Amino acid sequence: MSTATLSLGRSAAMPLRQAVRRAERPARNLAVLMVVPALLFVIITFFVPILKLLATSVQNPEVASGLPQTMIMLKDWDGHSLPDEKVFAALAADLDAAHKTSSAASIGKRLNYEIPGARSLLVGTARVVSAFSPPYREAFLARDAAWGNPEIWSVIARNESRLTPFYLMQAVDLRQDAEGHLQSAPADEAIFLDVLGRTLAVAGLVTLSTLILGYPVAYMLTQAPARIAALMMLMVLLPLWTSLLVRTTAWVVLLQTDGVINDILIGLHLTAERLQLIFTRFGTVLAMTHIQLPFTILPIYSVMRTIPATHLRAARSLGAPPVAAFWRIYAPQTIPGVTAGCLMTFILSLGYYITPALVGGPRDQMLSNFISTYINRDLNWNFAAALGAVLLLVTLGIYGLFLKLAGADKIKLG
Amino acid sequence: MNGTIPLSHHSASLEPPQAEPARKPLVQFQSVKKSYDGKSLVVKDLNLDVGEGEFLTMLGPSGSGKTTTLMMLGGFERPTSGHILLDGKAVEKLPPEKRNIGFVFQNYALFPHMTVAENIAFPLRYRNRSRAETQARVARALSMVHLDTFGDRKPGQLSGGQQQRVALARALVFEPSLVLMDEPLGALDKQLREHMQFEIKKLQVELGITMVYVTHDQSEALTMSDRIAVFHDGMIQQCADPVTLYNAPVNRFVASFIGDNNLLPCQLKLADKDRLRVAMADGSELDAINPPAGRMKDLSLSIRPERIAVAGKTSSPLNNRFQARVGSLFFQGDHVRLTLEAFGSDALVAHVAARDAAGLRAGDRAAFEVPFADCRILEA
Amino acid sequence: MKFYRKFGMISAFALALPMMAGTALAGSSLTVMSFGGAYQDAQRKAVFEPFAAASGAKISEQEYGGEIAKIKAMIDSGNVTIDAVDVDAPTLLQGCDEGIFETIDWSVIGDKSEWIDGTTSDCGVGTIVYATILAYDGAKMKDGPKTIADLFDTTKYPGKRGLWKNPATNLEFALLADGVPAGEVYKTLATAEGQDRAFRKLDSIKKDIVWWEAGAQAPQLLASGEVALTTAWNGRIFNANKEGHDFRIVWDNQILDSNYWAIPKGVKDKAAAMDFVKFAADPKNLAAMTKYIPYGPVRKTAAEFVAKEDAANLPTSPANMTIALTLDNGFWADHGDEIRKRFTTWLAQ
Repeated sequence: MSTATLSLGRSAAMPLRQAVRRAERPARNLAVLMVVPALLFVIITFFVPILKLLATSVQNPEVASGLPQTMIMLKDWDGHSLPDEKVFAALAADLDAAHKTSSAASIGKRLNYEIPGARSLLVGTARVVSAFSPPYREAFLARDAAWGNPEIWSVIARNESRLTPFYLMQAVDLRQDAEGHLQSAPADEAIFLDVLGRTLAVAGLVTLSTLILGYPVAYMLTQAPARIAALMMLMVLLPLWTSLLVRTTAWVVLLQTDGVINDILIGLHLTAERLQLIFTRFGTVLAMTHIQLPFTILPIYSVMRTIPATHLRAARSLGAPPVAAFWRIYAPQTIPGVTAGCLMTFILSLGYYITPALVGGPRDQMLSNFISTYINRDLNWNFAAALGAVLLLVTLGIYGLFLKLAGADKIKLG
Repeated sequence: MNGTIPLSHHSASLEPPQAEPARKPLVQFQSVKKSYDGKSLVVKDLNLDVGEGEFLTMLGPSGSGKTTTLMMLGGFERPTSGHILLDGKAVEKLPPEKRNIGFVFQNYALFPHMTVAENIAFPLRYRNRSRAETQARVARALSMVHLDTFGDRKPGQLSGGQQQRVALARALVFEPSLVLMDEPLGALDKQLREHMQFEIKKLQVELGITMVYVTHDQSEALTMSDRIAVFHDGMIQQCADPVTLYNAPVNRFVASFIGDNNLLPCQLKLADKDRLRVAMADGSELDAINPPAGRMKDLSLSIRPERIAVAGKTSSPLNNRFQARVGSLFFQGDHVRLTLEAFGSDALVAHVAARDAAGLRAGDRAAFEVPFADCRILEA
Repeated sequence: MKFYRKFGMISAFALALPMMAGTALAGSSLTVMSFGGAYQDAQRKAVFEPFAAASGAKISEQEYGGEIAKIKAMIDSGNVTIDAVDVDAPTLLQGCDEGIFETIDWSVIGDKSEWIDGTTSDCGVGTIVYATILAYDGAKMKDGPKTIADLFDTTKYPGKRGLWKNPATNLEFALLADGVPAGEVYKTLATAEGQDRAFRKLDSIKKDIVWWEAGAQAPQLLASGEVALTTAWNGRIFNANKEGHDFRIVWDNQILDSNYWAIPKGVKDKAAAMDFVKFAADPKNLAAMTKYIPYGPVRKTAAEFVAKEDAANLPTSPANMTIALTLDNGFWADHGDEIRKRFTTWLAQ
């Protein structure tokens, strides 16, 4: 009796909540352990690259580390007149060192982004700088009069920092003038806002068309008899089993001027002249709509499937005519699926690359096409990262705006 | 096929309701047939009247045609042939929204994106009620189902019983002359179900609503209904008040579907004006009622388990007495369930009072009795 | 017996030695990367297989689309699996700037003076020269264009024109057609007025242009009738004709560019890679390429080994070289960024 009381007293001293937590710890630890691989996978393959991408878009080590002495000397420079002899002397030493480590070209390439011609100016001068003798200022100016342009000095001075907003600004058509003030890029070089707008417009258009085409299909899928629904589902899924490139190429065959669609239109005497279908916005949206259709349909379908058939019957028994019953009762319940499907298609469309490249005209190239060019051909990874960062931020922005307007519970995959 | 089977002898403890003054029929099914595939009939030649203010239950196993009948009445299915009259007018071509019928669905079909109040106001939207009147009616309907403070909640935040009440309020708020219910209590637990049965019945009586109710739960049907139409195989087997249905089933299906029953093969031994006697499979003979009208082959004797008792000294001499071996005993609280070996069957079920079964053990032979008026001969 | 057999093997080895460019490569393996397609097929027959036979090394091949990013990523990862890579001129220049290629030891390769001017580099050895030319379908057009100016003459030669979706070559063609002498094209293009002039010329046919991006698209556009004329790379047109087309080349004002072998930085066996490059740049082997694809050798000493019937198809054949411009990749490295942006905006207008 006394021992029983004692043990009761002790266990009462330990709060129940703590006891429960202790008792459930093994199960909880196991659960955490089971999630760890997926978590690590996502961190390593998703979050780390994105952070790296964002970091790359502001990194700027070339000039600062390539011209260290010049940077120190330029600290006293007034910013608009020709720098004095000791700056030129420092540059001569830096360039000589750069030539020996063959890094002059990478400094030149970086400066060339802001001043066309700077690359050959730097590389050319670095090649002969070991032969220069004081006074260095005259030697430099004799080699190339371009060294007398204060603009190149202000660009060098501006790149003293190892972090730069230059690439991000360029990605939204902004630049710094010689004095460092923000200004818009000249009209004939301001392309990226336009491309971004076009990317959003194409993605929006594709999303809208998949919704208009896909919504009735999703509805029919839920209403049709099981055997027909299975066949329809197969046809919805079939495109997903073919590679993107194959489907895009098929559209090229269909859309080209001597292609199937034009042949049919001419054959039916619907048009006298062959229509320009390929290399147009229409063709791009058409092909992308076809490819994206399943991504819009499936979430809508899986949400529609959860809506009991009795809801429409109930609405009608309560007095609503068929159309009103559909719009007031059925359609609002499909919104989470519509949102999920549209968001998925919209975000996937923002990243389209192959299809606009093959089916679209020059005015239909999306941001991804430019990112690819800057990565593959120009090797300007910083700027590609900046464009990627802009696209990422815009996507997140749209997603965030959406969550705010619609609420997270309005997105459902079934 | 009709509700007027006269009892030739009476022995039941409950009196069947006195013949009411004939109700004016609100709903009339006239030779209604329904086929989905053009080959087989789901509903075969249905004729049924539902009177004004009546609570009629359509009872039957799944696939018996009861739900299809309800859907035809609600306007969701069209009869293949025949007519459905509502208040004297043929409505089989009228869409559901023009029939002014309240419908409570299985799983309630509440609209999840609307609040409780919006759900209840929904039918009023199509009846051009003023805003003030709508609000007043919604409030009254909520109060009627004891959910006064729940108007702003979403259906998802309510319990099953509360959702059921909302569905009820929504079906009643526009004061339809007829309310249809399709297994409305199927998703509730037993206690809540019994409570709701009571409430629905109370509302129906208070408001004087005509109600057609579909269920496969026979005790629910017995509890609530004025009349029960037992469906099987696309046909109404019997339509009668609960007492008649229980005590005087017209055929083996109704006898076994409503309540427990022993159906034993038998042959007619003697049939004269005063006495009916049958021979059982083991050769024993019993007095019975309900003389067969047609053929004499394939007769069954129906005996309710609770009518069998342990033979006592004070019992009526008119009772059939018989010896039986006790196969098994199961204590059920208020009674003991016995399986007996008798009349050539080794599974004759008897429910006897616990007190009477006190001395019995499995394997015992004992004497039992059953009133002759509870031995009912069935032809089919 | 034993002795003799052994001796025989050694002597065979000794005899083979001079052919093997001084290194014992038997049993080793080299991986080379090129542009695939008909070009790499030609290299396989003219270079890879003979090299493997001569040296005993096994050659593994890879293909790419000229993406310098691929090479840079490989070097950045520290696992250099490619021993030699075929690159075009801008890639060579860029890669040299970025320090992603090994320095070429020209004392191993040969005398630089044997190469056409501008096709030797610290980082790469020039091999072939190809041309961007104007082409049309002889089956559809009997009296085809003769000069580059005809590309811009839509009254004389109506129909769509295929152009490479890149400012390089197009701005040059525009200035050449507008009367700028070949020697002054890049000086003109370096000025804002010169660029305006080039874009104005392109403006005159803008609505008739169909842009192509991959080299294979140009003959396809001609074949499908999508365009009446197109600029193209001469090898692509030659190969289309092998498939039965009758495409004709306008050699007037062709724009020449060259390809190179380069060695990625950090290659495992640089000596072996150098042996391969030396073999690939050998005059006889360069000449052998012309049997399979009409790209001219940039090493002048190779000319004598080229068969007469093959020589006629080469951009470098005297008959074709009447007026030619060599693409200035240094100019495009300096001004490409700015002009490409203007080009893109111009496309979108």
